[in-house]
Amino acid sequence: MSSELLVKLTDVNFTYDRRPVLKGINMQIPRGKVVAIMGLSGCGKTTTLRLIGGQLRATAGEVLVAGKNVGELDSDELYALRRRMGMLFQFGALFTDMSVYDNVAFQLHEHTDLPEELVRDMVMMKLHAVGLRGAHDLMPSELSGGMARRVALARAIALDPLLIMYDEPFAGLDPISLSIVGELIRTLNNALGISSIVVTHDIQESLKIVDYVYFVSEGRIVAEGTPADIRKSDQPYVHQFIWGEADGPVSYHYPARPFGEQIYREAPRAR
Amino acid sequence: MRDDFFSGGLRGLGRRVTDRVWRLGFAARFLLATIRYSTVAFGRFGLTIREIYFTGVLSLIIILVSGLFVGMVLGLQGYDTLQRYGSSEALGILVALSLVRELGPVVAALLFASRAGSAITAEIGLMKATEQLSAMEMMAVDPIARVVAPRFWAGVISMPLLAALFSALGIFGGYLVGVQLIGVDEGSFWSQMQASVDFREDIVNGVIKSAVFGVIISWIAVFEGYDCEPTAEGVSGATTRTVVTSSLAILAADFILTALMFRGA
Amino acid sequence: MNRATLDLWVGFFVAIGLAALLFLALKVGNLASSNVGETYTLQAEFDNIGGLKVRAPVKSAGVVVGRVADIRFDPETYRAVVSMKMDARYKFPRDTILTINTSGILGEQYIGFEVGGDTAMLKDGDMVKKTQSAVVLEKLISQFMFNKAQEDKK
Repeated sequence: MSSELLVKLTDVNFTYDRRPVLKGINMQIPRGKVVAIMGLSGCGKTTTLRLIGGQLRATAGEVLVAGKNVGELDSDELYALRRRMGMLFQFGALFTDMSVYDNVAFQLHEHTDLPEELVRDMVMMKLHAVGLRGAHDLMPSELSGGMARRVALARAIALDPLLIMYDEPFAGLDPISLSIVGELIRTLNNALGISSIVVTHDIQESLKIVDYVYFVSEGRIVAEGTPADIRKSDQPYVHQFIWGEADGPVSYHYPARPFGEQIYREAPRAR
Repeated sequence: MRDDFFSGGLRGLGRRVTDRVWRLGFAARFLLATIRYSTVAFGRFGLTIREIYFTGVLSLIIILVSGLFVGMVLGLQGYDTLQRYGSSEALGILVALSLVRELGPVVAALLFASRAGSAITAEIGLMKATEQLSAMEMMAVDPIARVVAPRFWAGVISMPLLAALFSALGIFGGYLVGVQLIGVDEGSFWSQMQASVDFREDIVNGVIKSAVFGVIISWIAVFEGYDCEPTAEGVSGATTRTVVTSSLAILAADFILTALMFRGA
Repeated sequence: MNRATLDLWVGFFVAIGLAALLFLALKVGNLASSNVGETYTLQAEFDNIGGLKVRAPVKSAGVVVGRVADIRFDPETYRAVVSMKMDARYKFPRDTILTINTSGILGEQYIGFEVGGDTAMLKDGDMVKKTQSAVVLEKLISQFMFNKAQEDKK
């Protein structure tokens, strides 16, 4: 296995409640790169992140992170691996009963015995990196959506991870916060020399900042390439996605029997 | 069509039953995990103290006020009944025994379930709905150890203290009404009470009851929170379920414990 | 909420909770009076103990001087053997008669000591032979009815 690869998914299948969610996913995330996983809501993007983070186990196939097969780790090994991963959740998932400072210091308090002055310095450094050093004693309820996302980012990098996973980092942000978060993802990746996986459906913002894109649809990878490749792509699915067309390979209608047949058959049984 | 209806109904019933049994098994496994990961709750006792504040201290007012009123009502009703048989001095016995054996543990537990149990469920459920529990897991911190266990133990510790306070305030309320207001002899009120309330039989058993109720309420509350659907409806449904399930469980457990404890005497 | 205030409130809560328990134990319950310290054991045989229970009081001149510790059946004599834990401060003459009495008509039953005049005192482990059984209400009533019936025949 190439040492350049931090995360490697080989023929990964995942089935939830007998419903296949992922069917034969192959994915490679090199060190130091930002990779986007795109697709419609419910296509299995978040599931992919959870497989990498070890919160779910693949039904078949192999998930390698830093040379370890995530599906075969026991809980201690998994927890050791997770200390080297950061994850940014959809709406930040800040601990609502703790101040911004305590949120960022959470892992330092839980996993290290560092003296409080040192913890304080490290927390302030991380908060400074996201431009929120001044907000350290606010409570999460006092933050705007974009600020909460940035605090969560500072929390995710608290232990200087190898890999950061972003679950819909752009969801529900105003245009300014959105580009701030986008910029931050890129700069943190370059400054800290880490790898990033961005799960999103915000195509315009992510094409600006990522190195490589995977398109997932109905549990399969349907397209992949660099942003330039993707922009040029004439695959109908990718085209529909980029231009946001209502109908195309992704049908406007939920699958159903022919309309006439349904009316004829179901009318007498209507309750 | 008819066959379909019956077999469908039967299948639905079967699925409901297996679902319940499955959930009970899951809840039992969850309780074991909570107890196994309790080292954090006791090792960093500050976490548990914080939760005792939220479960115990914040329930104080409702427990103290209800205890006082229940005792006062017992004083009035008890006097009314006892004086017909000319034994109004036994008011102390009546108030003390009914509070220490039954009303103290049971009513305090019902109040605790609706005040603190629902709050625990809502808090954990909300943490789940906003992915805080997932985030914690991804930061290599076990939410059962960090979030669930301190809340569980806080409930278990608070409940007997609250029940004792309820009984004590209730007896005081009975004293206020019986002795101060109605004029039952103060000496016989206390002395009769002391002569017939037994420390081991009545008071220790009452404390054991409230401790058992504490375990039941805390268990149901943390489990419902941890297991709820991570949506707004899921959290509110789980909160309601906590109050209903733990109230029923308290009354059932009370019957079993009473049958075991006061069988002979 | 500041950490120190939190600790203070929880400390206050635990303190008043324990105080309530103590109040229940001492003022409401009989923890203070039931463990009178030094005790000695006496035994007595009865033909019939009626409804006497373990922990029932032992009284002399109306004062509680001990408690019933154990009740068992002697298969040799077919009598009930009651052991009592007596307050060590009180000694009783050897010819004391033990009776089982009822406080009030439907009250609890207790053992009464009717003190005799012997100069020798009962010692720890002694067996008292002079006893009077409980009055069984049903027997009393049936006796009364029987007598009444006899009278009517005459």
